[in-house]
Amino acid sequence: MKSTGREKLIWTIISIAVLIYALFPVASIFATSFKAPGDLTNGNFLPTPGLATLDNYEQILVGDAQGLFLSALRNSIGISLIATFIAVVLATLCAYAIARLDFPGKKLILTTALAVSIFPVISIVTPLFNLWRNIGLYDTWLGLIIPYLSLTLPISIWTLAAFFRQIPWELEQAAQVDGATTWQAFRKAIVPLAAPGVFTTAIIAFFIAWNDFVYGISLTSTEAARPVPAALAFFTGASQFESPTGAISAAAIIVTIPVVLLVLLFQRQIVSGLTQGAVKG
Amino acid sequence: MTSAITKNPRAMKSDDGPHNDYSDRAKAERRLGWLLAGPAFIIMLAVTLYPIIQAFFDSLYAFRLTAPDEREFIFLQNYVTILGDPVWWRDLAVTSLITVVTVAVELVLGFALALVMHRALKAVRGWLRTAILVPYGIITVVSAYAWFYAFDISSGYVNSWFDWVPGIDQDLNWFAQASTALPVIMASEIWKTTPFISLLLLAGLAQVPDELTEAAKVDGATWWEQMRKVIIPNMKAAIMVAVLFRALDAFRIFDNVFIMTNGQYGTEVLSLLAYRTSISRLEIGLGSAVSVLLFACVLLISFIAIKVFKVDLSGSTGGKR
Repeated sequence: MKSTGREKLIWTIISIAVLIYALFPVASIFATSFKAPGDLTNGNFLPTPGLATLDNYEQILVGDAQGLFLSALRNSIGISLIATFIAVVLATLCAYAIARLDFPGKKLILTTALAVSIFPVISIVTPLFNLWRNIGLYDTWLGLIIPYLSLTLPISIWTLAAFFRQIPWELEQAAQVDGATTWQAFRKAIVPLAAPGVFTTAIIAFFIAWNDFVYGISLTSTEAARPVPAALAFFTGASQFESPTGAISAAAIIVTIPVVLLVLLFQRQIVSGLTQGAVKG
Repeated sequence: MTSAITKNPRAMKSDDGPHNDYSDRAKAERRLGWLLAGPAFIIMLAVTLYPIIQAFFDSLYAFRLTAPDEREFIFLQNYVTILGDPVWWRDLAVTSLITVVTVAVELVLGFALALVMHRALKAVRGWLRTAILVPYGIITVVSAYAWFYAFDISSGYVNSWFDWVPGIDQDLNWFAQASTALPVIMASEIWKTTPFISLLLLAGLAQVPDELTEAAKVDGATWWEQMRKVIIPNMKAAIMVAVLFRALDAFRIFDNVFIMTNGQYGTEVLSLLAYRTSISRLEIGLGSAVSVLLFACVLLISFIAIKVFKVDLSGSTGGKR
């Protein structure tokens, strides 16, 4: 494609339009997070110069709402990372078998993963809510990690199966010819090649666990396990009459930072992971 | 064991190498296959199949957590109660409306974004992808708050920006009636999920052979003709899959509605009804019945998509033919 001056101009305009589309709501809540309570209601997008404040961040990081937010942040990070880790480990083994070995039931496994991924989350919340209360998993990390697997496992299996189908498996055979067992061949020849796909899958699975709201509000009741999205919905202002708008906005920005960082660093991998999982997977 | 396998006629037929060696290796491979794939498979079933069966079982009882001793088998009475209640039908209508409108808008918008990413000059491609992935990765609840605060009557700026539009003024409370709340809910849903559909479509676009579009160009086809006659027919499968996935996802909408209106003023969706019944009111029996009905709706949509519209998931999923 030749890039003439006119073409460059068109692409600049399109790119700006896409950037505005994608970033405007983020910019909007970012601006809100610096507004003082008295500055919220004047109908302006930006905080009034001079009134802009870091109070909201202070409130959730070191102030009154600290206990609420920091514990939720710890829960979210811990639970999402563990759920991601378990899902990726299990999915790696599963996808390896699907891409590489010949055994009956491959299609059944892939179809099950597909069915689980379209499953309405709310449908299994009620029985889990009841069961968790009976066996003591209600309001615990484990009580969220287990259902999170229903979100993270299917997509991990799909994405990884797609990645693994593209790996040059002759290398593994070569290793086997050299006397390695199936397991050694997998570990020594394939793992280094598969690692980027596994890493990408982990990012996608983490986004999904990080995003959860339904399980978070239904299966927790205190700071012991409540993740950030659920905690945001239960935030209250400094007093009963003060709306928590600023504090929620600041918290929203803080939990968006890891997302933006991951996207900035790994956009190419995430796009290829999502598109492969969708079409070839 | 060996004799059992050699008696199996299918094993006999596929055996054309050295006899025992081949079937032993195949057997070992099969065992390894299930050993590796089994844990993931079992966990997927345990976290979805078991709860939905339990939900179906619970739905046959009149059972409130606040009065556990009055648990009583009432067979399908819960379903009769729900289906006879206008609230169910109103929530079904709201959910369907949100699903149809968001998927239709997202298909057009997502296709445009996919075309932009597909054709973009190398210099901007990375930036475009990065920007588009931000809504994809952001937490739905955060997106809901961003849109909520922008439109909110006290903290918002939309009313003062657009007060020149007829019907919008400083006193418009967007979240006090369904006719204005639903568009905002749908806008936030569209903003958040269009990147996903556009990536599915981008993958479809990449599979249209370049020679076909080139040939059409040589034959003098306009841009619109290339689109309609060559590109869209060749990615029909990808479009269908994207629409089905998004429709099923939109049908479960919960987060945005919970944050923006909590289902008030006629904006309640089915997921919220299930949540309100079982988690808030602790009506486990009735709530389970709502959950089972919601699940049945999802099954019905998938069934219609696959049987009537012939959405070929195995093609999209690369399942072995």
